Amino acid sequence: MTALGKLFRTTTFKLTLVYLTVFALFAAFLLGYFALNTRRLITEQITDTVNAEITGLSEQYRLGGIRRLVIVVDTRARRPGSSLYLVTTFAGEALAGNVTALPPGTLDNSGWVETRYRRLDESEQGEHADHEALARVFQLPGGFRLLVGRDLEERERLYHIVLSAGRWSVIIVIVLGLAGGLFVTRRVLRRVDAMTETTRTIMDGDLGGRLPVAGTGDELDRLAENLNAMLERIEALMSGLKEVSDNIAHDLKTPLTRLRNRAEQALRNAKCEPEYRTALEATIEESDGLIATFNALLMIARAESGQARDDMSEFDAAEIAHDVGELYEPLAEEKGIALKVEAEAPARVKGNRELISQALANLVDNAIKYVEPQGDAVNGATPEIIVKAMNEGERILLTVADNGPGIPESDRSRVVERFVRLEQSRSQPGSGLGLSLASAVARLHGGELTLEDNQPGLKSIIALPRGGPVQSGG
Amino acid sequence: MRLLIVEDDRDAADYLVKAFREVGHVADAAHDGEDGLAMALDGQYNVLIIDRMLPKLDGLNVIGALRGKGIETPVLILSALGQVDDRVKGLRAGGDDYLPKPYSFSELLARVEVLARRRVGRSEETVLRVGDLELDRLSHSVRRGPEEISLQPREFRLLEYLMQHAGQVVTRTMLLENVWDYHFDPQTNVIDVHISRLRSKIDKGFSQPLLHTIRGAGYMVRDGAR
Repeated sequence: MTALGKLFRTTTFKLTLVYLTVFALFAAFLLGYFALNTRRLITEQITDTVNAEITGLSEQYRLGGIRRLVIVVDTRARRPGSSLYLVTTFAGEALAGNVTALPPGTLDNSGWVETRYRRLDESEQGEHADHEALARVFQLPGGFRLLVGRDLEERERLYHIVLSAGRWSVIIVIVLGLAGGLFVTRRVLRRVDAMTETTRTIMDGDLGGRLPVAGTGDELDRLAENLNAMLERIEALMSGLKEVSDNIAHDLKTPLTRLRNRAEQALRNAKCEPEYRTALEATIEESDGLIATFNALLMIARAESGQARDDMSEFDAAEIAHDVGELYEPLAEEKGIALKVEAEAPARVKGNRELISQALANLVDNAIKYVEPQGDAVNGATPEIIVKAMNEGERILLTVADNGPGIPESDRSRVVERFVRLEQSRSQPGSGLGLSLASAVARLHGGELTLEDNQPGLKSIIALPRGGPVQSGG
Repeated sequence: MRLLIVEDDRDAADYLVKAFREVGHVADAAHDGEDGLAMALDGQYNVLIIDRMLPKLDGLNVIGALRGKGIETPVLILSALGQVDDRVKGLRAGGDDYLPKPYSFSELLARVEVLARRRVGRSEETVLRVGDLELDRLSHSVRRGPEEISLQPREFRLLEYLMQHAGQVVTRTMLLENVWDYHFDPQTNVIDVHISRLRSKIDKGFSQPLLHTIRGAGYMVRDGAR
């Protein structure tokens, strides 16, 4: 019952019913029209024949008088068939013909009449006449009356045959349509049920499940394929999220543990005020680091959610390169690194100035941290960082290139992920979020962050479309 | 200096009242927007510290109501919302400064003191003087005693900002915001290096240093003889 109820509630079944109704009505109309027209055609044919016969018979009468007419009518009336004849005197006394038992008064007026009658050669059956006829009464000169007609039985039979054909065809249409509808609905329902089943297991937590695709390329397949693509994306996001939360747990728990241990140790061991003071200062420093990490995470989340698209304006990226370069130049110099900015031509771009500045600052900050200090430099060359802003077709490029150790190609895509820090950099300060933020900012603007080999060293490139992110689907 | 702290978290408000009293200021606290507005309208405060999210009346609405009544007391907005556009919204609503939570007390104190003294208006003076250091804003020249000091444009702006707030603590964040117009944390402390460069230009070779580092807070330009 529930299965049947489910069947009847489906869209496919409802559509079948609608089509069925429309089709049945159409069939009924068509056959009804056909039946009526056939009937009209037959009537017309009868009228024509009767008229012709009357013309012929009145010609006979004109040529040979009543005697000749009676002979002709008598001959014709004896032939089998549906033709009806009657010749009477003015008083109504039958002279010749094959018709009797006409209702009284039928012959009083000339013209067309539809009437009941009985054939003369039939045996009397009850009081009433039992056939129907279409006849014309004609008044001959001299007071005689002539009636010529046709039995209507044939016409009525044909009419009824067509009508019953119509009824049957409507019934067959309905039965076949319902059966077909049920068949199609059940097929569709089976596939939808399979999808529902899979969806349920996915909802129960098995994100690896995929909807069945029949391979016919129909609309259900297209839907399943799109949903599968969506599931693919969700699974990737979920595993990304899981990785991130694992990393957050690790990278926030480590300083939190350190914080807690230090406070505990101070409580246990500190004996004088300066010792407490040192412990508290270290605590504050540690919590500031935590806050910075949180802020960076929030910033990335904000850039990734696309909220920052609201405050975008047009500005010159070359100016940003100069500003950021100028901000870091003293720091680089202090570390014995030559920081140069090469951005002569204006590179106008639409975007969030603050975020792009920060992304570039992160890249420069990274380069300063990881480029080898003087002495250890590769090939003995002076450590050098070059910040560039340039136009390239419909994009602008902000690049930071150093001649330090670089990043092995196999690790390049990984370092952009949150909290990923290569083993050799674990000793350096930093949250491991700098590159992730730069990458999130680039994606927010519809661009990308790529890392290349600078031979030697690392070249980080932020490529941004000049007109800002393309407004498509959010 | 008289301060009003409008903050619904009672612990945080009590902590701030106590901390401001310790450094010699008078501080009152209100715990919702309506009380805060009433107290701000009644009392003669030098600076109002208003939390952005308050019960009864939102922080931004409190500021709007005050400004609507023609009260121009400087307002510092405290907020858990720390993004640039939240900041812009806060300043547009009539706030004078914006500090995201969590903040350090030294940062808050430095900003409040700068706000309180802004009324005096050193910003209109064309020549700023601290001790024998002199900065001419029109000719963009700096001299210490008889000696002309040549500065890069950014160094000039850095010194200008420090001298505008002579005698007051200026934090690294304040410098980053006001001299560089950046509102993010550049991870490595780049400001320190800029300061030491500036210091080597204005203090090197003079017996009396003018640019001081205030431990755990920031920097201050001050006539050491005082």
